[in-house]
Amino acid sequence: MYVILRKERFNDFISRLSEMQRLFAPVLKGYNNFAFEEVTSGKEIATKYIPTILPPKKFFIPQHETLLEFNLAQGMDVEAIVEFEPVTLFGVHTCDLAGIQCLNMVFSERPKDYNYLTRRSKIILVGLECNEYCDEYASCNLVNANFPKGGYDLFFTDLGDHFIIHVNTRTGDEIIKETGSFEKADTSHINELEKLRKKKRKVFGNEVPIEGKHIPELFDKSFNADVWRDLEERCLACGNCTNVCPTCYCFDIRDEIDLNLKGGTRYRLWYSCQLESFAKIAGDINFRKGRSARQRHRYYRKFRYPVDKFLRFFCTGCGRCTRTCMAGISLKETLGELIKESEGKHGKGSYKRF
Amino acid sequence: MGRVVIKDSNYRVKKARILRAKKMTENEKFFEIALTEGSLDHEPGQFVMVSLMGVGEVPISVCSSPARRDSFDICVRAVGKVTKCMHTLEVGDEVGIRGPYGKGFPIRILEGNDLLIIAGGLGLVPLRSLIHYVLDSRRDFGMVQILFGCKEPKDILFSDELEQWSERIDLNYACTVDRADPDWKGNVGLITTLIPGIDIEPSRTFAAAVGPPVMYKFVIKELLARGLPERQILLSFERHMKCGIGKCGRCQIQDIYCCQDGPVFNYEQIKDVSESL
Repeated sequence: MYVILRKERFNDFISRLSEMQRLFAPVLKGYNNFAFEEVTSGKEIATKYIPTILPPKKFFIPQHETLLEFNLAQGMDVEAIVEFEPVTLFGVHTCDLAGIQCLNMVFSERPKDYNYLTRRSKIILVGLECNEYCDEYASCNLVNANFPKGGYDLFFTDLGDHFIIHVNTRTGDEIIKETGSFEKADTSHINELEKLRKKKRKVFGNEVPIEGKHIPELFDKSFNADVWRDLEERCLACGNCTNVCPTCYCFDIRDEIDLNLKGGTRYRLWYSCQLESFAKIAGDINFRKGRSARQRHRYYRKFRYPVDKFLRFFCTGCGRCTRTCMAGISLKETLGELIKESEGKHGKGSYKRF
Repeated sequence: MGRVVIKDSNYRVKKARILRAKKMTENEKFFEIALTEGSLDHEPGQFVMVSLMGVGEVPISVCSSPARRDSFDICVRAVGKVTKCMHTLEVGDEVGIRGPYGKGFPIRILEGNDLLIIAGGLGLVPLRSLIHYVLDSRRDFGMVQILFGCKEPKDILFSDELEQWSERIDLNYACTVDRADPDWKGNVGLITTLIPGIDIEPSRTFAAAVGPPVMYKFVIKELLARGLPERQILLSFERHMKCGIGKCGRCQIQDIYCCQDGPVFNYEQIKDVSESL
């Protein structure tokens, strides 16, 4: 079902939405930086924005998340808890919706992670379509994440003086009814949307000279590529790329005792395969000692390993890793160089399995 | 912020109590542990996550036979914060347990075959669960041989058990140390030096080798040279693990999650997986 929201009613809608439960949306944070922050009026929201500094995963797997609470006097009588908050996220791009879908797969796979699943069930997602590229770092077309493919309650598309909204769930329908800001969409609106999508297909093209379906084969041939050695020289192993990635979810688990020394918590926090200690075991043995091996691991975890397990890429083309990299390592360039190297070694189009 | 207690959280620990504690060497301590409720019900080669609240949680191999249901054994080398703290634990102290996790030795497949067990140093610990299982149902297996090697005689674990095994008529047992001390009367040399001397029928022998990463390369080479098929060489990998349930990513070897897909693998599964050995 589709409905229409006139732009002059946008502020009113956002105010009402923020009254229903806490509302987070992209807001401008200094020059060309955006973040999902709490809003109460439409004026605060940046409806045209490049991917936020941190993806919405911060609501699904917080950087610091309590798993257990314990009391030292009670020994092992511990409570497993979930901290959650019902929130609405407005303005989630398709790349980030795809990222959330990846996380959903990981955490609902058995053995399930009930912390994630509980928190997810309390989050309402309102998507927002990108009518054009956000900037030159995005590669969402390559990984097929530039069009909506579910994963939201409502999905907004800007059609000039109004938004057309796809209502995907009953929760979405309740919002439509409760805020009362919407009108029914007629055929002309749907046609407008179709026209936009058609135009989009012309605007968006593969950002790297390869078809998505050939990427796994490219990676099959590239494990020992020189490209990784080049990254060894450049990567600073800071872990920024994994922090900002919408699908990176690796974590560490730590214990912390309260200042009163009576109780404490076991919590998980974001961790990164780019850090030297990640694959280290007792006896100082490190299975991914070099930065090249760690960068390679990151790329394979985006483009090769999940393809077998989840039948999709764990890269959503958002471009955050490239934007944030202090050493200027670019995902598009790395893929481009892998293609070049593969073609240099094995001939043009050699990564395709005929 | 809402907060709910979840009963089915996979991070919840089960309460357990130490029944027996014994320092085995300078760095290793043995514990017999009983869950307060229920039994562990593990497979040989599986591991548990052991918790000390406020200190942390570590993956530790179970080293007793599943045939003993009311308690289980672990042997802990003091390496990091949690394991060092565990060395201060004594009888009656509580620990938290999650698991058992992972895929252990495929005992159903091993039955009816000859077994060659190769333990290097602390590798004896996970293998002890298999050895005890085999001894508990000895009739179901063919010839069973155990090779054990460690750095120095003072590092030998479970020495009383090793002595018993060396005397059993239903086991072939050999042992070596890398460096002897003046009282040592046995073999000296790396564990691989024992392999050429053993009698095996490759078609019906499974080898289970556990030891430090450096040992694997050489042992595998020797076993392949003796004609053992790749699929019949079983190895157990050590990785750091935080969750044990295939999420945290710490134990990942390419696309393999050591905690769920392993820690026991056959050589065919991992021979082309770099970063595994």
